[in-house]
Amino acid sequence: MIYADNAATTKMSDAAINKMIEVAKETYGNPSSLYEFGQKAKEALELAREKVACLIGAEPREILFTSGGSEADNQAIRSAAKLGEKAGKKHIISTAFEHHAVLHTLEKLKSEGFEITLLDVHEDGLVRPEEVEQAIREDTCLVTVMFANNEIGTIQPIKQIGEICNRHQVLFHTDAVQAIGHVPVNVADQNIDMLSASAHKFHGPKGVGFLYAKKSIRLSNLIEGGAQERGRRAGTENVPGICAMAEALSEAVANIEKNRDHIEPIRNRIIEGLSEIPHSALNGSREPRLPGNINFCFEGIEGESLLLLLDDKGIAASSGSACTSGSLDPSHVLLAIGRVHDVAHGSLRLSLGEDITDEDADYIISAVKEVVEYLRSFSPVWRNLVAGKGKFIL
Amino acid sequence: MALYSEKVMDHFRNPRNVGVIEDANGIGEVGNAKCGDIMKMYLKIEDEIITDVKFETFGCGSAIASSSMATELIKGKPVSEARQLTNQAVVEALDGLPAHKLHCSVLAQEAIEAALEDYEKRK
Ligand SMILES: Cc1ncc(COP(=O)(O)O)c(C=O)c1O
Repeated sequence: MIYADNAATTKMSDAAINKMIEVAKETYGNPSSLYEFGQKAKEALELAREKVACLIGAEPREILFTSGGSEADNQAIRSAAKLGEKAGKKHIISTAFEHHAVLHTLEKLKSEGFEITLLDVHEDGLVRPEEVEQAIREDTCLVTVMFANNEIGTIQPIKQIGEICNRHQVLFHTDAVQAIGHVPVNVADQNIDMLSASAHKFHGPKGVGFLYAKKSIRLSNLIEGGAQERGRRAGTENVPGICAMAEALSEAVANIEKNRDHIEPIRNRIIEGLSEIPHSALNGSREPRLPGNINFCFEGIEGESLLLLLDDKGIAASSGSACTSGSLDPSHVLLAIGRVHDVAHGSLRLSLGEDITDEDADYIISAVKEVVEYLRSFSPVWRNLVAGKGKFIL
Repeated sequence: MALYSEKVMDHFRNPRNVGVIEDANGIGEVGNAKCGDIMKMYLKIEDEIITDVKFETFGCGSAIASSSMATELIKGKPVSEARQLTNQAVVEALDGLPAHKLHCSVLAQEAIEAALEDYEKRK
């Protein structure tokens, strides 16, 4: 089996699993309790906070533990909106290809009277900093642009966007769920005011993440209750999960360069191999791109059948087709970079892990070639294209 | 994958009656690429009996399986019987489809209807 869906989730690292078990077994007290058991757990929690903060260039008090990336996105945006509303600023800038945790929150805010500008991400899947600057208005309270896209892996010019936002005194949030642990992230260097992260994308456990928010930013609660997380997120902390996340992040950050040097050439080998398939195209600019991301469209076929046949061949991947998204439309990300419906249905995302080998790459290339050719052999769309009764798009 | 029944996976992995009939006397095509499903049915009808049927499909696993099953259900049958084919019959023969995939069976029914209509027109 080749697991090539690391953008969906990753396998927990041994270090993270061991940490999780150790903390669950030994440090089971409630961090809010005064006695020794509780204080031990509190210590473990704060140690994890220091670790995470240090790894992204923040202060410990600027890290708020959450249930994952979605919650962090929701809280960051809601908080900025509340601060904006108080100051009479109800305009938010984002992009057309954000994760739904961001887009759906923005839709809700729109129904509550906010104005939302979604920036074009162009054919290459890259936001233009100058377009961010042009979109900023007197009443803009937040710019939220993802660090790296979860489907096509393109890495956004975060530092430049952050600089622009700072200069205009507009809060800048980035959903760094796909980036953190895979490419260098430093909130101070990159002018980031708020950042969302999720442990299960960097070999930590599922259901744990964090929100970084600059200490000058007053966060609003999504969850009311006890005084945990400086009163900004109620609920007894997921101590084993949080400690395992810190462990996983340390490991991931320490190995960023080593992992990139291993994965990137293999990714390029696959991109080159798949490019040989006629009427196919890589989605999103090849650079700057997450080291393990490959996303292709193949004309004349549909993504779900491609995935099922790859699964039969022992390859786990994903697609942006409507059938896999559970809606009638294909991926909003592919539509945002200008892929028309007809070809967006035929997309394949491979997101490689650190254990990928050259042999795996060659196997993936030959398996995808074989399956695409097979599905095209009885596709009426493909027949028409080949017969000249329609124009190839790719 | 537990998404589909064994039957669906069998018809998806080993679709029956795939291809084209060069001298078909009834051809129907339904769906569109925008929505992600297109089915094309080719019928060879002799003395009101469907002696051969083939299909081509652009679509997901259940679309391919539904086309395959639909062809099996009408092959060798009289035209009058094939006209009675419902999408429910396709779904039942496949041991069910997930709710959001039922439209694939409807498409299979419609593709056969369209091919039969074409046959009537050509007569
Ligand atoms: C870019 C991005 N943002 C947010 C999320 C949501 O993270 P979580 O699953 O931890 O809620 C994901 C994960 O699917 C993601 O890829």
